Amino acid sequence: MKKKEVPQDKSTLEKANIKDMVYAVDENGEYVTELSTGWEPKTIALDNAIKVIEERVEEARQRVLNNESSPIEYYMELHKMDLPILASYVGFWKWRVKRHFKPAVFKKLSPKTLQKYADVFEISIDELRQLKNQ
Amino acid sequence: MQIDFTHKQSAHCENGVVSNLMRHNGFEVSEPMVFGIGSGLLFSYLPFLKVNYAPVFTYRAMPGLIFNRFAKRVGVKVKREKFTDPRKARARLDENLANNNPVGLQVGVYNLIYFPDEYRFHFNAHNMVVYGKQEDNYLISDPVMEGVTTLTSKQLEKVRFAKGAFAPKGHMYYPIAFPEELRLEEAIVKGIKHTCRDMLAPAPIVGVRAMRWVAKSIKKWPVKHGPKKANHYLGQIVRMQEEIGTGGGGFRYIYAAFLQEAGEVLDKQDLKDFSREMTEIGDAWRDFALEASRIYKNRSGQAEGYDSISDQLLAIAKREASFFKALRKAI
Repeated sequence: MKKKEVPQDKSTLEKANIKDMVYAVDENGEYVTELSTGWEPKTIALDNAIKVIEERVEEARQRVLNNESSPIEYYMELHKMDLPILASYVGFWKWRVKRHFKPAVFKKLSPKTLQKYADVFEISIDELRQLKNQ
Repeated sequence: MQIDFTHKQSAHCENGVVSNLMRHNGFEVSEPMVFGIGSGLLFSYLPFLKVNYAPVFTYRAMPGLIFNRFAKRVGVKVKREKFTDPRKARARLDENLANNNPVGLQVGVYNLIYFPDEYRFHFNAHNMVVYGKQEDNYLISDPVMEGVTTLTSKQLEKVRFAKGAFAPKGHMYYPIAFPEELRLEEAIVKGIKHTCRDMLAPAPIVGVRAMRWVAKSIKKWPVKHGPKKANHYLGQIVRMQEEIGTGGGGFRYIYAAFLQEAGEVLDKQDLKDFSREMTEIGDAWRDFALEASRIYKNRSGQAEGYDSISDQLLAIAKREASFFKALRKAI
């Protein structure tokens, strides 16, 4: 890539004041670094990945509202986690966390267990028991 | 307290931390040099491992490997410490800062508040330098940022003890012994040989073979997974290739910069020709990303174009195969 061809497309990096450093060759063929505000193909890929997560959050929310799952699953998705990540944060086996997704099991969880989840999601137990309206 | 530390932005965090720590200790080594000597360049496909609900593709060596190999090859000793107790981790960090020693830290990205939300995933192999503390604020030199920043002790503890794959466990590292004179020649040759070996490895999950495997799989994705998932997978390839820290073209440009510099250090003109060829390979990867984005632009659209993009990737694999065969002979 030539230095003058380094893309300067719009991206979400701008608002955080971050620029991506890329390597490119100058007019003498020497390697130099250049800052880039973004590149469209990668911005689209990232936007799509975010949309996947948003859909997963919404699906989880619906499942909780339909009493098919517990809010733990919803908050897991909201925090871009999956089962192994959440399990390692709360320090439980994966199958136990999965079990806590069951509304009937969730209802009977001890305050101590609930507190562990609440701490990971940085919310109160009350907030964990019900979905935040959003 | 604040250590007199020069922050320099780099493309990739691990190279950047190493390069900045080396400079602090009086050794000027560029980012591409660290990357090349540490044999950072790779391609790997791990379809059985899922991140963000898509298979893992990587264009570089495992976290930590680059610094380890670099240190070994130039004769630098690195001390690494991990912790189970956050209080101990913090005490050891403060001790080092009090001794005027800036340290590298492995951290998770998800709770790095200075990153934009969209970039905060559960990725635990980010690297930064801590070079001081003012009241409750740690002074942070994050190599992918233009300037320095700060984190409170609580914020820092959170990213040091992020959980999940590659959990950092407070991982702190810093060089403790240096050679009298930094000799790069032999290290460069070792680094290049290692990369050639990796890229031409007779295993399906690394090097050009992995690229061929991905190329063949791409063709099957639309039928096997439907267009939506296929497009998601394709997007994941491009994200890994062009994410912050790659320097563009899946680290191929950084590697080309390394070959150019290596050509000067070793006084080998042909390495500069290899550098030019690697630049063109990087361009081919960029074209591949551009074509891929035309497909996944419409997330659940038609599954068209997968055959041609697969051919494009096969062509790159062929090119890299002959590149590394020739490089292995030349070095």
